[in-house]
Amino acid sequence: MMKKIKQIFLLALGIGLIFTLTGCSSANDNTYKEVKQSKSITWGIRADTRLFGLTNIRTGKIEGFEVDLAQALTKQMLGKNAHADFLTTTANTRIPLLKNHNIDVVLATMTITKEREKQVDFTKPYFPAGSSLLVPDDSKIKDVRQLNDKTVLAVKGTTAVDDVHKFAPKARILQFDDYGQAMSALKAKQGVALTTDNGLLAGIAQENPGYKLVGGVYAYAPYGIAVDKGQTQMVDHLNKALKELEENGTYNRLINKWFKGIPGFNVKEMLK
Amino acid sequence: MWQILTNNWSSFLTGFWNTILCSVIALIFSLILGVIFALLEVAPPKIGRIIAHIYIEIFRNIPLLVIVMIFYLIVPRFLVRLSGFQAGTIGLTLYTSAFIAETVRSGINSIGDGQMEGARSNGMTYIQAMRYVILPQALKIVIPPLGNQFVNLIKNSSVLAFVAGFDLMYQAQLIAFASFQTIDTYVVVGLFYLVLTLPLSYYMRHLEKKLSN
Repeated sequence: MMKKIKQIFLLALGIGLIFTLTGCSSANDNTYKEVKQSKSITWGIRADTRLFGLTNIRTGKIEGFEVDLAQALTKQMLGKNAHADFLTTTANTRIPLLKNHNIDVVLATMTITKEREKQVDFTKPYFPAGSSLLVPDDSKIKDVRQLNDKTVLAVKGTTAVDDVHKFAPKARILQFDDYGQAMSALKAKQGVALTTDNGLLAGIAQENPGYKLVGGVYAYAPYGIAVDKGQTQMVDHLNKALKELEENGTYNRLINKWFKGIPGFNVKEMLK
Repeated sequence: MWQILTNNWSSFLTGFWNTILCSVIALIFSLILGVIFALLEVAPPKIGRIIAHIYIEIFRNIPLLVIVMIFYLIVPRFLVRLSGFQAGTIGLTLYTSAFIAETVRSGINSIGDGQMEGARSNGMTYIQAMRYVILPQALKIVIPPLGNQFVNLIKNSSVLAFVAGFDLMYQAQLIAFASFQTIDTYVVVGLFYLVLTLPLSYYMRHLEKKLSN
C-alpha cells in the first residue's frame, strides 16, 4: 500500500514539474546594451534559401542578400571593427531561438504579421515581399482563385497558408518542413502549385528549369527584422542603420547584386 | 497549456484519429508480414531464406524517414500516386515488419530442435508442426519484445508529419507555429501519445502474465 502511494506521489510530482517548466519566462535584458558592449551581433539567418541565405557547398559559408545586409547593418550600428555572428534558423525555430536569447536579431525572410507582433518587435520593412505561386511550365493555373478543390503545397509556419485560404477557401493545403521538401513534393505531383513569397520562389525557379511563377503577387506582405518583444532600443537603432544604408546607396547595391537579371522579378520596384 | 488544448481541440482530434488509424493498420500488417518473413527465414528452402534475409536487412537498416520519403516522392513519379498518409503507413509497416520478423525468428529459434523432431515423428507435416507446436510457444516467448516493437511503432508514426500525413505530430507542428507556444503544444502532444502507448504497454504486460501461467 505504502509503495503504491509513493508511486502515485512520484508520478504527480513528475507531471507537476512539466507544468512548472512550461511556465518559465526569461529575464528581460537590454539587447542593444549587450551587443554594443561585445561589439558583435548574433543574427538568425536562413541557410536553405537561394538569394537570401544559402550555404555555399564549396566554401561552407552562407551567402545571400540577408547575410550581406546583416554584415552592413552590424558595421553601420557598431562601427567598422564590429563582428557579425550567424546562426542558421528555420521558419519554425527562429522565434524560440530569439526568445531563448540564442540569437539577438532575426533576419530570415520573416513576414511582419499581427500574430507575430505579439511575440516579437519588428523594424520597418526591409524587403517588399508577397505571396505568389510556382507551377510547372505546362500548368493551366494562372491565378490563385483557380486553386479551389486542388492541392497546394506550402511550408509549415509561413503566412502563404492563410493567404491561399483567403482567395481559394476550398484549396487543400499540404505543409512541409522546408522548401526542398515542398519542391520535391511538387515534382512528385503531390500538389499542383507551390506557394510562398515571391523572392523565395524566384530563387527556386532559377534553380529548377521547367517551373515558372504565375499570377503575380496575390497578397503583399513585406519582411521585417525581428528582435525579442520589448527591445525597443534595439529596434530604433536597427531602423536608423537601415535608413542610413538606404540613403548611402548600400541597400540598392545589395538588391542589384542579388536580384538583377532574375526572370519575372521587377528589380526597379525594389530600389529605394 | 489548457488553452492550447481547447483552442485547437478539433485539430488535435483529427491528428489523434489519424495516428490511431495509421498505427492500427501498420500494426496488423507488420505483424502478418513479420511472421511470414520469420517463417521464411527458418524454413528449409534456401530461396525463401535468401528473400527473407534481403528484405529484413534492407528495411531494418535504412532510416524510417528515408523509406517513407521513397514511397512519398519517388514511387508516385513512376508507379502510383500515394498520399502522405498512405506513403507513411506503408513505410512504417515495412520498417516495423523487419524488426518483428527478427523478433519472431529469435523466438522460433529458442524452441529446442526436439520439439520439431517430436512433432514430425508423431506424423505431423512441417507446416502442421510449425502451426500447432512451434509458433504458439514462440509467440508466447516474444510477447515482451513484441510489445516494445508495438510501442515503437506508435511513436514512429510521427514520421507522417514529414510527408503531410495529418497525424498528431503534423497538427502539433502547425499549432506550434501558429501560436508560438511550442513547449506547451509538444507537452500536450506527449500526453496524447501516452494515452495510446501506456494502455498498450500495460496490456502487453497483462498478456505476458496471463500466458506464463
